[in-house]
Amino acid sequence: MNLLTSLGLVLSEEMLSGIGLLLLLVSAWGGDKAARTISFASILALAAAAVMAVPSLMLGRHGIEVSAFSGQFAQDGFASYAKLLIYLSAAVTLVVAPKFFEKAGTYRAEFPILVLFAALGMGIMVSATDMLTLYIGLEMNSLASYVLAAMLRTDERSAEAGLKYFVLGSLASGILLFGISLTYGFTGSTQFDAIHTALGHGMSTGALFGIVFVLAGLAFKISAVPFHMWTPDVYEGAPTPVTTFFATAPKAAALALTIRVALGAFGTQSDAWQQIVMFAAIASIVVGALGAIGQGNIKRLLAYSSINNVGFMLLGLATGTAQGGSAMLVYLAIYVITSLVSFVSVLMLTDAEGNQIEQIADLAGLSRVKPGLAAALAMAMFSLAGIPPLFGFWGKFVVFMAVVKAGYVPLAALGIAASVIGAFYYLKVVKVMFFDEPSGKIGGKCDLVYTALVAIGCVFLSPLGYLLTGPLGRLADTAIASLIH
Amino acid sequence: MNGFPILSLMLAVPLVAAIACLFADAKGARWVALAATLVDFVLGIILWTHFEVGGAQWQFQESVPLFAGFKWALGIDGIALTLIGLSVLLMPICIGASWHAIEKRVPEYMAAFLLIETLMIGVFTAQDIFLFYIMFEAGLIPMYLIIGIWGGADRIYASYKFFLYTLLGSVLMLIAMMWMVNEAGTTDVPTLMAYNFPVAAQKWLWLAFFASFAVKMPMWPVHTWLPDAHVQAPTAGSVILAGVLLKMGGYGFIRFSLPMFPEASAYFAPLIWGLSIVAVVYTSLVALVQTDMKKLIAYSSVAHMAIVTVGLFAFNQQGLEGSIAVMLAHGLVSGALFLCVGVIYDRLHTREIARYGGLSINMPKYSLFFMFFTMASVGLPGTANFVGEFLSLAGIYQASSWIALISTTGIILGAAYMLYLYRRVAFGEQKNADAAAMPDIDAREWLLLAPLAALTLWMGVYPETFMAPVHADVAHLDARLAQAKPKGDAQVTAGHPEAKAEEAHAQGSAE
Repeated sequence: MNLLTSLGLVLSEEMLSGIGLLLLLVSAWGGDKAARTISFASILALAAAAVMAVPSLMLGRHGIEVSAFSGQFAQDGFASYAKLLIYLSAAVTLVVAPKFFEKAGTYRAEFPILVLFAALGMGIMVSATDMLTLYIGLEMNSLASYVLAAMLRTDERSAEAGLKYFVLGSLASGILLFGISLTYGFTGSTQFDAIHTALGHGMSTGALFGIVFVLAGLAFKISAVPFHMWTPDVYEGAPTPVTTFFATAPKAAALALTIRVALGAFGTQSDAWQQIVMFAAIASIVVGALGAIGQGNIKRLLAYSSINNVGFMLLGLATGTAQGGSAMLVYLAIYVITSLVSFVSVLMLTDAEGNQIEQIADLAGLSRVKPGLAAALAMAMFSLAGIPPLFGFWGKFVVFMAVVKAGYVPLAALGIAASVIGAFYYLKVVKVMFFDEPSGKIGGKCDLVYTALVAIGCVFLSPLGYLLTGPLGRLADTAIASLIH
Repeated sequence: MNGFPILSLMLAVPLVAAIACLFADAKGARWVALAATLVDFVLGIILWTHFEVGGAQWQFQESVPLFAGFKWALGIDGIALTLIGLSVLLMPICIGASWHAIEKRVPEYMAAFLLIETLMIGVFTAQDIFLFYIMFEAGLIPMYLIIGIWGGADRIYASYKFFLYTLLGSVLMLIAMMWMVNEAGTTDVPTLMAYNFPVAAQKWLWLAFFASFAVKMPMWPVHTWLPDAHVQAPTAGSVILAGVLLKMGGYGFIRFSLPMFPEASAYFAPLIWGLSIVAVVYTSLVALVQTDMKKLIAYSSVAHMAIVTVGLFAFNQQGLEGSIAVMLAHGLVSGALFLCVGVIYDRLHTREIARYGGLSINMPKYSLFFMFFTMASVGLPGTANFVGEFLSLAGIYQASSWIALISTTGIILGAAYMLYLYRRVAFGEQKNADAAAMPDIDAREWLLLAPLAALTLWMGVYPETFMAPVHADVAHLDARLAQAKPKGDAQVTAGHPEAKAEEAHAQGSAE
């Protein structure tokens, strides 16, 4: 594998880094006035990168032909699937961000560049086939994210969110590194394939500790219980476009990475991690559901909802089968779109002067004031709760189908029973919007771009989304097949 | 019908109308909804007349493969046909009942109702098990909104209770369905109905389905959502809840639990009997002390549904047919009773029984209808309920005479609470001046009640019209259940043939 082929394989990453650096120069000279232009250029770059990921996904490329830099990096179908979701989320974030930040002060030119670099880092994460590539991608994403969380410097909550995210994120990175070093020590390699083979010959206690620590570090990134404590605070404090980003792109990246590590590197010792994942899954579903009940802030509520949803996705991983992984990927795509719809809808909740409204109690009577927006949020809520015929049901359906097929019927029954608790707080939001008398707080006009984004998302969430189940399922199957071949 | 997709059309008409309603104003929405429900009613009549009694078990079948193993598979047998008939009949009546009663957010209200109609018909026609589940579960959203937005004072609590109870019941069923599909390798309902699942697994599956259907039915002790939901729902909501949504539980038992898990059904039959007799006696006693009219009728629904479950788990033709007859009769009669309550509620805006009295003096026509439906609810011979209750109890008598004995007390208690209600509302002195000043029913209300009264009488006098389509299907089911049938304690002997011969002889000699 010569260097030129390798460089050719990572073309989209090179392009993103090149454009990112170039835009950094533009921002240095152009200042904040150039911010909107930079945003636009970044969206174009992300779109180009997404287009470049398509062939690899369609063809389900895998193995040696897409492995770059002596097996450290794989541009396979699986990575491409995750990248499409990541780039989509990043692009939506950039579309909605300017208006929000201009209202809050100035839209700073470094925002789109940071998002671009975070997306690049996530792309590297999902393509990593070596523990060190993984770590580099993860840190690249995390460092950009810490700054993004604290983007509104004068806002106390935003600064607090940034600091919390940084301290806890560093701790998690430390745990992850410790796990990596143990794994390296006991298997003799940092490459996923080599670890896979080495663990196939049996596992020592040291390697087990390595697996546990690596998974603990990743659990922090996907905010699975018991490493979820940072999520509500960060989601609440960060500016809403940044929360939109956090709830979608890094989730997709970290979950895809977890699948690759669990099924790929640790695939031969699935007994060792399946119980851990099962516990994390059920605990996330229950804690996510119970924690959300008392929340008065819609962003905090959605944070708990994301913990809850991660639990459902981990159920798919807990099966340790290819079908479970494929179900996770389907769920992931639906979850990303649903989150985008809900957060963009939250962005549209403003009073008459255009200030953001985040308290659920202030949404009272929204269906009378802005029926379209209320209907969109209600659809997102029912979809997150997994009530048919909305598309969210399909995600839960494929995951539970995989769990039942793998023979874990009690696990499925427990998970689905806990989902009823979750339905309670989604209903609460719908109740406030539809049943209560108008509070008179909501006002202002809906931005056209936001409306368009929400409308597109709602079409996806509506029963029309089921038309996509066939192609989506095939793509997810191809992606998983390129991972486990 | 030469492959014309009439079932899909029946699903599409209300759905399209529901979307149209959202873009209409209040007046437009009312007319669109009425037109759509009437069109579906006409389609229902066409369906009924084209249904070949004694023909193939499944008729009007459609099957289009959709996505990822799903099929758009529709088709009906006689049992489904009767319940569809009931749904499409009650829907225009519900729209009519809401004509003036609903003032706020009319387009959304009508859209929700039309959506419910689509989903109800979908439940009764789905032949793909997951399609059934989607239809079954999706009904929660519009019903939740109807109770929560247009309900009474305590509507929020009622809507939550309704949603979460039914959701918890049905998600467990979903897991069971997934297991069955994996085991049998098909999502086709008729195939699954003939599939023999291992007996040990059947028991778990049966319990999971039971969790869902028992809540929907509703059976004691998971019936507590029903009185709350009924009291808080608008009149038309109550009619559709009692008339059709409750029947989904019974339909589920007939379509899924009994044919798919015959051994488990036999094993758990005593459980069903036990819960049912508790329901009959207990909820009847509770109904006796209610001061709220709608609550009283809601409790009486629970008691009637217990007769249905008893009949279903009698494992014989009488019991099964009786249960179906009770379901139809209860759909007509309790729907009509809720309408009767709605008529006076619209005038006085209270459901307190004590606020009325002596209505037979100022509302004679109303009192006549109310009397008729009260008698029908009691199970007077000549009305629809009598047919169903008699058959159900005759069926259970063959399986267990003790259960039959206790279940029959439900009829006596039913007479007690219904007549007591009627006495307090219609007879006696006119204690309240405002109640005494209420005008009698107008033409619209007359139009709503008269067809229900006519059908109740028709079904009571000549039930064969309505029962003809179900005989063959019940016979199928009975044959399927024969392998697991528990031995009854009653010594039923089949008459004396020689007496018949004598009679023929006597007749012959007379000629």
